[in-house]
Amino acid sequence: MSKGRFGIHGGQYVPETLMNAINEFEKAYNKYKNDPEFVAELDTLMREYAGRPSRLYYAEKMTKDLGGAKIYLKREDLNHTGSHKINNCLGQCLLAKKMGKTRVIAETGAGQHGVATATVAALLGLECEIFMGKEDTIRQALNVYRMKLLGAKVHAVETGTMTLKDAVNEAMREWTNRVSDTHYVIGSVMGPHPFPMVVRDFQSVIGKEIKQQLFEKEGKLPDVVMACVGGGSNAMGTFYEFIKDENVKLIGCEAAGLGIDNPKNAATIANGTLGIFHGMKSYFCQNKYGQIAPVYSISAGLDYPGIGPEHANLHDTGRAQYYPITDEEAVQAFEYLSRVEGIIPAIESAHAVAQCIKMAPTMDKDKIIVVTVSGRGDKDVAAIARYRGENLYD
Amino acid sequence: MTDIKSAFEHGKAFIPFVTAGDPDLETTAKLLVGMSESGADIIEIGIPFSDPIAEGVVIQEADLRSLSAGTTTDKIFDMVKEIRPQIKCALATMTYVNPIFVYGTDKFMARCKECGIAAVIVPDVPYEEKDELSISCDKYGISLISLIAPTSNDRIKMIAKEAQGFIYCVSSMGVTGVRSKITTDIGKMVGLVKSVSDIPCAVGFGVSTPEQAKKISESADGVIVGSAIVKLVAKYGKDCVKPVCDYVREMKNAMN
Repeated sequence: MSKGRFGIHGGQYVPETLMNAINEFEKAYNKYKNDPEFVAELDTLMREYAGRPSRLYYAEKMTKDLGGAKIYLKREDLNHTGSHKINNCLGQCLLAKKMGKTRVIAETGAGQHGVATATVAALLGLECEIFMGKEDTIRQALNVYRMKLLGAKVHAVETGTMTLKDAVNEAMREWTNRVSDTHYVIGSVMGPHPFPMVVRDFQSVIGKEIKQQLFEKEGKLPDVVMACVGGGSNAMGTFYEFIKDENVKLIGCEAAGLGIDNPKNAATIANGTLGIFHGMKSYFCQNKYGQIAPVYSISAGLDYPGIGPEHANLHDTGRAQYYPITDEEAVQAFEYLSRVEGIIPAIESAHAVAQCIKMAPTMDKDKIIVVTVSGRGDKDVAAIARYRGENLYD
Repeated sequence: MTDIKSAFEHGKAFIPFVTAGDPDLETTAKLLVGMSESGADIIEIGIPFSDPIAEGVVIQEADLRSLSAGTTTDKIFDMVKEIRPQIKCALATMTYVNPIFVYGTDKFMARCKECGIAAVIVPDVPYEEKDELSISCDKYGISLISLIAPTSNDRIKMIAKEAQGFIYCVSSMGVTGVRSKITTDIGKMVGLVKSVSDIPCAVGFGVSTPEQAKKISESADGVIVGSAIVKLVAKYGKDCVKPVCDYVREMKNAMN
């Protein structure tokens, strides 16, 4: 069996042109991950630049309103650039720099990973190019302009469904075109080994902080941790620290779009089958001939036909449960959290909030749920207004 | 004549690629017969994929045209099986790992054998993952073609030692598509292969003109052309058979 397996999932299914580059990246990661100087440098950036640790906030009004389990929100939305994506970008870009790369490329869906990559590239003096589906450049126009402000070049990808999957295709093509001076900063726990492992490790700070912060506040472990899942990086970062704590339930919330029985959804665990795509064996939404399905979600960040291989394995083993959340449920949760707690979550994160709204009332008051709010929702305001029939711009 | 080894016994081998089902499978069938009569030594039959990450725009668009027209893996095999007796040269399929894996790797290779297809080329399965396919390939006697790239360097010998059929030398960085210049030292890549194996080497990615084919065949055993042919198919549609066959003849002659 090849490297980078999670059960049967994972692997390194990439063109030969990239093999030396990903081997080199793996070597560099193994060399630097325990290097005191690198660790200290990254730690300083995480604190002083990204603003870590992020808050673990007791959502008292929400808890009382729902009348069940005690709810804490892990505020990744308060990080610099407004999402958890900065954790991984700081790690990978710093590594790229150590490897002597002068240019980084990245895919982005909602634009959060693109913004975070462009931000760190600006900070570290790396050239930066971002690939984004044309459909998403329209849905997330604000983030496109942010990336440009940060000095990145943004390519609007016009192939396929013009969304996240196509942005990954195009970024991979560009990496094969120019691999010697370029590192591909994959934004989620997906792609060929070592990316799922590296991204998970850089994101695992989320779960580590949750454990410590909750222990300080409550003196115990949470009963449930939950997060939204597209590729699955904020969820993997939330889960990883708790995998061995068998009494902690791990819950991922995937995008069901118009419903899992409607073709317009992106619920990979609910509807996907085993396949090999984007460098990894995992579950994908596809037809019986292995053609990848044109998936859909209101959330550009979850609008992806696959899921990271470690999640696929957590599903196989039953260690984590994954629930589909529709557009309508996510929008209601988006509005609910804004109104009740004064926190506007990213529409991606709102999928996790929606599951919490369903689950909390069914649990006893001495139980604790931690929901990772992976990003802030400013970028989504215009799209949600549109969903509700209001056009903010003429 | 229809096995990979003998395909390299008639001078330098010319290996054209065509996307099956573009514009339709009837035209593909005519192209297979026509190209084999015009000097093709192996024909690569592209099974379209929704997300072909190693392809440039020309073949991406051909894949989409074919899939939109309703082409499926089963329909392609059925067509090849029916037309196979009329095709004189060797056949290979080129596709991505997902269409093979989801179809059922064992079933896929069994159908290749049934249809007289001698080899499979899968650009997203590198040396490290070849066991994914090689067990079924071996079972049905299908050669799993290994690719080497300009970035392979120290990997070339490792790959060549276990390669079957022929080695696909990727001439350039990036994806498939016509290039005006090929700057890679092909001779050096081929030399590294030949230092450990006498397996034939065919060069693809970016080749389109008779001059390029002639120059490359000075240091390699064959030349693979995809995008230049797919462009002709896109331009002439159902009337593409004659221009494509003329092109194949011109290329084969330039190399020999």
